[in-house]
Amino acid sequence: MQPVLKLDSVTHYFGGLKAVSNFNLDLPEGVLWGLIGPNGAGKTTIFNLITGVYIPTQGKIYFLSEDITRYKPHTVVSRGIARTFQNLRIFPTLTALDNIRIAGHFRMKYGILGATIRSKDFYTSEKELTEKAMHLLELFKLHDRAYSPAKSLPYGELRRLEIARALATDPKLLLLDEPAAGMNPKEVENLMEMILWIRDHFKLTVYLIEHHMKVVMGICERIKVMDFGETIAEGNSSDIQNDPKVIEAYLGRQKNHAKG
Amino acid sequence: MKITKLFTNNRKLVLFSVIFYVVVDVLHLTGVLNDYWIQITNVALINIILAVSLNLINGFAGQFSIGHMGFAAVGAYTAGTLTTIIWKLGVANSITKYLLFAVALILAGVAAAIVGYLIGLPTLRLRGDYLAIVTLAFGEIIRVIINATGYVGGPRGLLGIPKLSNFTIIFFVTLLSVIIMRNIVFSTIGRALKSIREDEVASELVGVDITRYKVLAFTIGSFFAGIAGALLCHLLQIAHPTQFGFIGSINVLVMVYIGGAGSISGSIVAAVGLTFLSEFLRLGIDNLNKIAPFPVGPEWRMVVYAVLLVAVMLYRTAGIMGGREFGILVPEEEGKNATGSQA
Repeated sequence: MQPVLKLDSVTHYFGGLKAVSNFNLDLPEGVLWGLIGPNGAGKTTIFNLITGVYIPTQGKIYFLSEDITRYKPHTVVSRGIARTFQNLRIFPTLTALDNIRIAGHFRMKYGILGATIRSKDFYTSEKELTEKAMHLLELFKLHDRAYSPAKSLPYGELRRLEIARALATDPKLLLLDEPAAGMNPKEVENLMEMILWIRDHFKLTVYLIEHHMKVVMGICERIKVMDFGETIAEGNSSDIQNDPKVIEAYLGRQKNHAKG
Repeated sequence: MKITKLFTNNRKLVLFSVIFYVVVDVLHLTGVLNDYWIQITNVALINIILAVSLNLINGFAGQFSIGHMGFAAVGAYTAGTLTTIIWKLGVANSITKYLLFAVALILAGVAAAIVGYLIGLPTLRLRGDYLAIVTLAFGEIIRVIINATGYVGGPRGLLGIPKLSNFTIIFFVTLLSVIIMRNIVFSTIGRALKSIREDEVASELVGVDITRYKVLAFTIGSFFAGIAGALLCHLLQIAHPTQFGFIGSINVLVMVYIGGAGSISGSIVAAVGLTFLSEFLRLGIDNLNKIAPFPVGPEWRMVVYAVLLVAVMLYRTAGIMGGREFGILVPEEEGKNATGSQA
């Protein structure tokens, strides 16, 4: 089966610094895979390369066989890739509802003229969008907050709002950048369930970056480990946990004198 | 489609506008409001167009532009030159002159929009202060070009523009402009603009083509600035480079921020308020000068004006309206969503 997302020896430099080196990925449809690595390993850079925020120095990125390497972010989104951010990027003064509705922006069936004279298309299109957004808010238990400015929402709800916003773009592939950041163990528990539920309910492929080992080991079917831009290991959770290179990257080299 | 639903389905807005128009007209006819105050009202209405259109760029799209009067100048000189030439031919009668003015207004808007588009395309990659400096420079360039162009009167100004603006025309053009800009703000286009203001990266990554929308905001804002410029020069019967200089642009900017960036209602309140305040202060200082034991010069007007601006900014940092709108300006389908949102 052809992969949903394919990264073909992607390399990216920031000036002289090699942030990502020869990164390969074949993400099959419907999977939930993870990417881990210490701080500064280049994980978020991978997401930025996929979504068009950066253009790779070398290599190609394919989404459903389409070469999206040089696409701008908004085009990438319109093809069906949505993402969340490590540090929440919500539109703070806009209402929760508007945060979601913006994500339906590129599917609107009216232009500036339609908006100006308030054409029939405008009303039907807006109604559809609002209903869809309300439905999403309900699914994520945010419907009471629909008319509150996003900045007034507590952190956990903002996390959910951001995921809901990503889903509002009707993606086929969802990229989650450290969704468990700043969450307590109970919230992490719920998050893991939610990610699995999202994958099944929206029939998505999910690729996840996470620091939180419990999340990655608990739900990811296959994990890739990065360190200093290099892929150092790949496999299922038990492979990874026993891989000496991974242990070294996270805990440092095992000194011989420790054994005496 | 029912005509009542075109542009607005808010009956209260239509009703309010009609009442306002009739009341002012009646007051004028009965002599309660003299020509002087009607003139001030006209200027206030034109200032509404200027402030709301700049708010679209600064307040909604979050692109700090301070050369707005440059676009108004393009509109004013385009329309003014056109009507002056045709007027001299003597072909316009009492009906065709309004047709001529309608065409001139649209051309003024289009000319300003084209200039806005051309300026916006390369400059909107810049952010914050840098964009501000470029727009400031642009406004000055326009003024200097006009100053150096003898054909449109140079530093003397463009004289002999026919008086085609009157309260009726200005009122309805302002009303239509505000409704159009409101409709754009309360649509997916407006939401896209606001998302750019809030977070450019996030906005791009939910599918907004940010360059396109920044340029669009700039173009629409310039379009209406051009129309405002055209209305103004046909009211004053002169277009002069100094009207459209830096001070003019700053005045509009002050209206936007005093009223509240991101609030159409705020721009309206501030445009009307500041225009009249300035006149009241003039009268107040004159009267004060008569009774005060020491001379109070007219320069004190600007001192009081400035102090009031500082006071508003100190006590209402988000402007008079914050990010809120009057209920009358909110389209019905937005309902609770708009009343809940505030900057």
